[in-house]
Amino acid sequence: MSEPLLRIEGLRTVFRTSGGDVPAVDGVSLEVHRGRTLGIVGESGCGKSVLSLSVMRLVAHPGRIAAGRVMLGERDLASLSMAEMRQVRGRDIAMIFQEPMTSLNPVHSVGFQITEAIRAHDPRASNAELRNRGIEALKRVRIPSPERRFDEYPHQLSGGMRQRVMIAMALACSPKLLIADEPTTALDVTVQAQILDLLRELQAETGMAIILITHDLGVIAEMADEVAVMYSGKVVERTNARALFEDPQHPYTLGLLGSIPRLDEDRENLLAIRGTVPPPFNLPPGCRFNPRCPFAIEACRAEIPPLRSIIPGHEVACICAPVEASVAA
Amino acid sequence: MSVLLEVENLAKHYPVRNGAILARQVGLVRAVDGVSFTLNRGETLALVGESGCGKSTTARLVLRLIEPTTGAVKFKGTDITTLDGATLKGFRRNAQIVFQDPYASLNPRYTVGQTISEPMEVHNIGDAASRKARVEELLKLVGLAPYHAQRYGHEFSGGQRQRIGIARALAVEPDLVVCDEPVSALDVSIQAQVVNLLRDLQRRLGLAYLFIAHDLAVVKHVADRIAVMYLGRIVEIGEKRALFSNPRHPYTRALLAAIPHPDPSRKGRVTPLGGDVPSPMNIPPGCRFHTRCPFAQDICRQQDPVLKNGVACHLADELPPAGVDFAGGLAPNAAKRLALYAEAAART
Repeated sequence: MSEPLLRIEGLRTVFRTSGGDVPAVDGVSLEVHRGRTLGIVGESGCGKSVLSLSVMRLVAHPGRIAAGRVMLGERDLASLSMAEMRQVRGRDIAMIFQEPMTSLNPVHSVGFQITEAIRAHDPRASNAELRNRGIEALKRVRIPSPERRFDEYPHQLSGGMRQRVMIAMALACSPKLLIADEPTTALDVTVQAQILDLLRELQAETGMAIILITHDLGVIAEMADEVAVMYSGKVVERTNARALFEDPQHPYTLGLLGSIPRLDEDRENLLAIRGTVPPPFNLPPGCRFNPRCPFAIEACRAEIPPLRSIIPGHEVACICAPVEASVAA
Repeated sequence: MSVLLEVENLAKHYPVRNGAILARQVGLVRAVDGVSFTLNRGETLALVGESGCGKSTTARLVLRLIEPTTGAVKFKGTDITTLDGATLKGFRRNAQIVFQDPYASLNPRYTVGQTISEPMEVHNIGDAASRKARVEELLKLVGLAPYHAQRYGHEFSGGQRQRIGIARALAVEPDLVVCDEPVSALDVSIQAQVVNLLRDLQRRLGLAYLFIAHDLAVVKHVADRIAVMYLGRIVEIGEKRALFSNPRHPYTRALLAAIPHPDPSRKGRVTPLGGDVPSPMNIPPGCRFHTRCPFAQDICRQQDPVLKNGVACHLADELPPAGVDFAGGLAPNAAKRLALYAEAAART
């Protein structure tokens, strides 16, 4: 495959607490390619949102990037100054968030907010030009009567419309990479289907890469080309979307797959994962999933298993994978 | 099977007023607009639909946490909308609720023991010692430990808090538990734990659930019958299997089709339903779904369809068979390893 658009290498983001530095993202390496979608899946507290904020350099104090690189082409975003980073945000990488209600400013019109990024990156643009480009951006996300919507305020829009406005804002400067952090979690299913459809169409039109963060394996199956499963700040499995569903390896991935009720089968009981995600200030020794893992053996508690390639293009951080081999042994 | 709950033509309309003094009524939000269903003992009826369809309002009306505009709610044959005083309190002992948000629904100044024994105190059940014993029993029933009674809500995770909410609802031994989106705020692995617990408790205690949800996949797992709501009305109601294998209302079909399926080979095969849900202040004339319905004809724009044979659609008998197919299931390797996972989990 060609040179990746974004390469994250050994990223470690920590939060300073009275008890010392607590890692939220702990040695994550990932690649995103042009025109492709990388899905990052995991439950609350697995570090997926902190990872995306780290890429954008938006981690707030007391959090900081402690190690690793975020390579966008030849540039390491992790070492840029804030002023340099402002040139990257919006133009090279844009982001949309979960809450379309709270991520729009209620006192500014939709048009003002959409053109804000254009003004920031192109201060000489005239008002007429800004208006045109803003309306163009609204058209691109299939908002009906964009000329009227341009002058409206966020409260006049439905949740789905607001998320479309967020996407229009993000795409106003044609970024190469869009980071979407749970973009449809707050939306109803029929609206979610519309937004996912829109993201796919826009990707086909523009060739942008997408990092899609979600807890929903259904959304991953709909959208992702490559997938990373995260648990407690680490990537525990990484492969393409097909392989993740057809050949899942890590016990946590299995647990997630078993937990979701499926429309296409009848099971008496769901396969729940026992226990809960450990807090990052109190991680278990060894593999972080071992207290919840039904396959855990003594060696799992001894050291953190590294990501290893189990077949080409499929990496898993588990010494017991594939589980049928270790169960038989 | 005997009928526990009968809801007849239930409606809740909220007037919208403008101006501070001598407020004029400028509109009417028809949150629930003529809903009828029955619920049998030991059965689960799910009310599903998207935000604003009136499912939570219906749940609150059934428990009479809010007063209906019109309609009747008969619990064991008695219309509870006319009860007051001791008779209303008697009803409350039989009908309890588990709320959506496990963080907001526990009093932060109460210990878990106080939270769970409060309903027993309200209803004068037992003395202090027997209530304490009952709290311990309930904690064990929902998968927590007796020593948790001394702790406070904030010391627990979301899933554990929802277990506490369930224990509180069960403290007075109700026949009916209204579950208002009980797992929507939880992570998937925890969701599965709570769904399994609710099913297990139903089998052991013979509870009837009115289960409010927006996630049809969860509903498929817990419900016996399903009622699909849209803009304050039930548009389709039926046995779970029939509803999933042969959804008849176009809205039910669209809802089923919109669920993202955990199978990448089906990627992007569904044309999503267009538009947004209209405002309940401004319900379209005729069939209220016609503005988004791909099959809509003139009759749909003019006449409001009634719920007949479980579906409220003029064209229900003429629509092509629904294209939602649920064939597929887990891939062989995934199924094999999930089976090993289940075995290993049962062993340890």
